[in-house]
Amino acid sequence: MIPTLAVEQLQTHFLTKAGVAKAVDGVDFSVNPGEIMGLVGESGSGKSMTGYSIIGLVDEPGRIVGGRILLKGEDLRQYSQQQLRQIRGNRIAMIFQDPMMTLNPVLRIDTQMIEAITAHHRISRAAARERARESLARVGIPSPEERLGAYPHQFSGGMRQRVAIAIALLNKPDLIICDEPTTALDVTIQGQILFEMQKLCRESGTSLIWITHDLSVIAGLADSVSVMYAGRIVEAGPVADVLEAPRHPYTAGLIASTPAAAARRGHARGQPLAQIPGMTPSLLKLPAGCAFRLRCPRATDICVTEPPLLVSEGRDHARLALRCFHPLSAATAASGV
Amino acid sequence: MKDKVIAPLPAGQDSARDGGADLPRTGAPATVREQTPLQRHFAEFCESRIAVAGLVVLVLLCLLALFAPWVAPQDPYDLSRLDIMDSRMEPGKQSMDGLTFVLGSDGQGRDMLSAIIYGLRISIGVGVASTLIALAIGMTVGLLAGYVGGRTEAVIMRIADIQLSFPAILLALILLALLRPGLSNIVIALVAVQWAYYARTTRGAALVERRKEYIEAARGLGLSPLRIVFRHLLPNCLPPLIVVAALQVASAIALEATLSFLGLGVPVTEPSLGLLISNGFRYLLSGQYWISFFPGVALLITIVAINLVADRLRDVLNPRLQTH
Repeated sequence: MIPTLAVEQLQTHFLTKAGVAKAVDGVDFSVNPGEIMGLVGESGSGKSMTGYSIIGLVDEPGRIVGGRILLKGEDLRQYSQQQLRQIRGNRIAMIFQDPMMTLNPVLRIDTQMIEAITAHHRISRAAARERARESLARVGIPSPEERLGAYPHQFSGGMRQRVAIAIALLNKPDLIICDEPTTALDVTIQGQILFEMQKLCRESGTSLIWITHDLSVIAGLADSVSVMYAGRIVEAGPVADVLEAPRHPYTAGLIASTPAAAARRGHARGQPLAQIPGMTPSLLKLPAGCAFRLRCPRATDICVTEPPLLVSEGRDHARLALRCFHPLSAATAASGV
Repeated sequence: MKDKVIAPLPAGQDSARDGGADLPRTGAPATVREQTPLQRHFAEFCESRIAVAGLVVLVLLCLLALFAPWVAPQDPYDLSRLDIMDSRMEPGKQSMDGLTFVLGSDGQGRDMLSAIIYGLRISIGVGVASTLIALAIGMTVGLLAGYVGGRTEAVIMRIADIQLSFPAILLALILLALLRPGLSNIVIALVAVQWAYYARTTRGAALVERRKEYIEAARGLGLSPLRIVFRHLLPNCLPPLIVVAALQVASAIALEATLSFLGLGVPVTEPSLGLLISNGFRYLLSGQYWISFFPGVALLITIVAINLVADRLRDVLNPRLQTH
């Protein structure tokens, strides 16, 4: 099976006056048709930049300096801006974080939906409008016909995000990149949207990259997960394996810091949650060796001198990968550090 | 691949279908048919009485200007109908052939009221035309600068800066001296003076708007840059532009009047308000005030009316000043 998207050694750097910030530094992953991949990490870990790089929306001073982005085997980095534009919104769609801001406030919904179709297909306005109506109905917007004539301010936040999703679905893309699309919504609506997205992917075979910092969303939604730290993937694999038995100290720390993990350890109310000490390092001056070593309880001398490589784990899961010299064993991992 | 499905909240799933919890309680059709933005802004505009008064006066003046040939008692451009014996008549006096000079007559025996109505036509026409052309130019280059950025922006904005560093009257004088006075040249001069204001305003608005996510989303949809700029960016930059344009109409009219007063504007046979003031200027001290005074009043009323309307527009269109 050709993966919908394969990213190989992707490097996106920001050439600033203060130096080169390696926002994305050698990222590899692949997403199969119908698969939902979670991309998790703290703010500034490069997860959003990875998404922007795939769809080709990296702005100056940022630049993709290396690697390949293969959409069904075609390298998008070889494409001209013109060709990329035909792919954006057509074969790859993106859903952004803030549903209040992603719709143009002065244009009606139908205008915005129809132009998304006509930008890529020779189709009459009436037919495009009909497709827009179908798409709105598909994401659960009631009375879509009337709603097409409305302005964004007449929708609530959850409805707007549904409209944004409906726009992403219009051209039946191979891949949808979701950049924290439910962060701004309350949990009930988040639940509905996750449910619908999952259903849509299963039905249409669309692949999904779900960028978030919320592990509980990933646990419920995704098939596989890649954990990013300082522009690199530190651990990747099927969701159940990674979240239930994290091998990388960073993943383990992230999971241990959630209230659910604390409760499992018999954590009493009012006590502070476990946290990873220290701060995310500045991308302009990453420590030599392992980027996480300064915050890692297991760091030794080798972590200072040599950067760990992303190693695929054998076992029966070929897709498990890890970047650590001192991974947690399965036994310690289960107990959470 | 595991077949995992999130169990949706029962209520959540229902509302996903009928939109219950998520929808404003007013119901879909009602919200769709609420006031359009234009109606809302107009209603808000009308909350200020003085602005409405300004608008009424302005509309009247524009109608007068538009229908000048039917409204004016005399055709001031038809030199054969003028009689030198009627020159400098006081307001209220009658001419040789029985026409009452309500506002007096000027040095050529022209009825001042007619001359003012026709002059208004030229003044407003020149003001509006130059503003629209300058707006189109300034808006386009401003959008370009704001959206493209980089070197394009630097070049455009430095040119605008240089232009703005000249006093408007000086630049217009130089241009008119080079191009020779005339109606179309005065429009060109006014455009040259004004475009930079629009370029700056548009760029400022475009810089703010282009960082918003809907522009990013439009790019993510693969729309062409032209479409993004004119269909998505431009409408969101319009409110400040409308205000600046409204104010600039007033200043364009004032500048045209100044240039005409200095004798560099419109031809003598077809006087604008500024030229009318200039014509009567030398009789002021001899007590024949009306030749300058009434065109001056007309100019004043026009500019004040425009400014009142523009001020109110600024309040209505500025989201930061909005009370509700």
